[in-house]
Amino acid sequence: MTATSAPSPIAGTTAENPPEHLVRFDRVERIVHWTTATLFVTLMLTGAALYAGPISTLVGRRDVVRTLHVAAGLALPVPLLIGLVGHWGRALRRDLGRLDRWTGDDRAWLRRRTRDTARLGKFNPGQKLNATFLGASIVLMLGSGSIMKWFGAFPLSWRTGATFVHDWVALGVWLAVGGHILFALRDPDALQSMLRGRISARWARVRRPRWYEEETGLSAERLKTPR
Amino acid sequence: MPGDADGTQPGTHVGRRLFLGLVGLGAVGIVTGAAVQGWLERTIGPIVGRDPSGVLSLLPIGRFRYYTVTGDFPQRSRKEYHLRVDGLVDQPVDLSFDDLTRMRRVELTRDFQCVTGWRVPDVSWAGVRLRDVIDRASPGHDARAVRFVSFDGAYTESLTMAQARRDDVLVAYEFEGAPLSSDHGGPARLYIAPMYGYKSLKWLSRIELTDKVEPGFWEERGYDVDGWVGRSNGRFDEPT
Repeated sequence: MTATSAPSPIAGTTAENPPEHLVRFDRVERIVHWTTATLFVTLMLTGAALYAGPISTLVGRRDVVRTLHVAAGLALPVPLLIGLVGHWGRALRRDLGRLDRWTGDDRAWLRRRTRDTARLGKFNPGQKLNATFLGASIVLMLGSGSIMKWFGAFPLSWRTGATFVHDWVALGVWLAVGGHILFALRDPDALQSMLRGRISARWARVRRPRWYEEETGLSAERLKTPR
Repeated sequence: MPGDADGTQPGTHVGRRLFLGLVGLGAVGIVTGAAVQGWLERTIGPIVGRDPSGVLSLLPIGRFRYYTVTGDFPQRSRKEYHLRVDGLVDQPVDLSFDDLTRMRRVELTRDFQCVTGWRVPDVSWAGVRLRDVIDRASPGHDARAVRFVSFDGAYTESLTMAQARRDDVLVAYEFEGAPLSSDHGGPARLYIAPMYGYKSLKWLSRIELTDKVEPGFWEERGYDVDGWVGRSNGRFDEPT
């Protein structure tokens, strides 16, 4: 990172001296990811135990499971919110902006026929959809879960509606998180970068050419057509 | 078209719109979900119930949810189990589990409707009529209501004597053709077919005859004492 907050090519990078690695996720982003992931998994497991009678009988201690579920639920948005505020949240804020924006290449990637022609930025559309859904699920689960927990303050039909929303969004979260883990395991370089922060420049150039260009100021096509 | 100097990215705000759309949809779901859930239970519920693979039973449709008002599912074996009938009776009795099974067996298959919205179609129960259990203790003439106590240590329920003597009110000890498990309220529970689930007290340990109805655990917290399905608690479910 340079002194200004504006993104700029990595210092010392030239066409003759391309970087070997790029920083994919900074320390704050990685801490936010893994604390949020831990909370999500805790919520999914305790939620399953509360939802399914046989698991519940097996695990026992419903009061403890319930308390743990509610506590993890209330804590769920905290790492993300702390990570977003302040100067330490620059990279996270910038990545949220990237997840928000969809280009023509993203739309092309979604169609099997034109997928190979798409030149992607830092995140592919699947990652954008996953992040958007899981982000919304935090709000949805916190809202519906609070109504289920403190139902006395709401109309009785809202309790039914909150249970309905909580159940179906939970199903979506299981699918989204399950899919996210499968994709991560299929791409060890990407998974490693969520642990260590760095990823090879080659991965970026091939898989995320627009991001490579943005970070280095070099053309991602350069090495494909050597002079 | 790389990102410009102030750090903004190219493209349109699809993510933001999708995020707000999902949150809005969830808010609508909370307000109208009661009706949607009711529709799903009626249309898809029966299909889920018949799916032989059981995969569909993971869906939040037509399945039991488990509520406890105390720490855990209380455990008591059939051997340890006993049911006390006392209060305004001539002859208090203590029935063992075997005493119950030696009485006239009754089977009943009906939908199970919870006041929080979920409904399980065609649930089969077996047990004995509550009225037969009460009559074992020779109720006094001043007994006009019945109070039930759970061995979870907290939950209570009540019925009028007329409600308690209905044909479709059981002390149930079998559920879907198997012994009633602890998560469903075993070894024996109340099953009041025409009323919402909260009336069907789980882990039944004591039946007390009283002179008037005493509001139970949830009724102290706002539920209707007469919990008829479709005619109470501001709900309009199909009667069970």
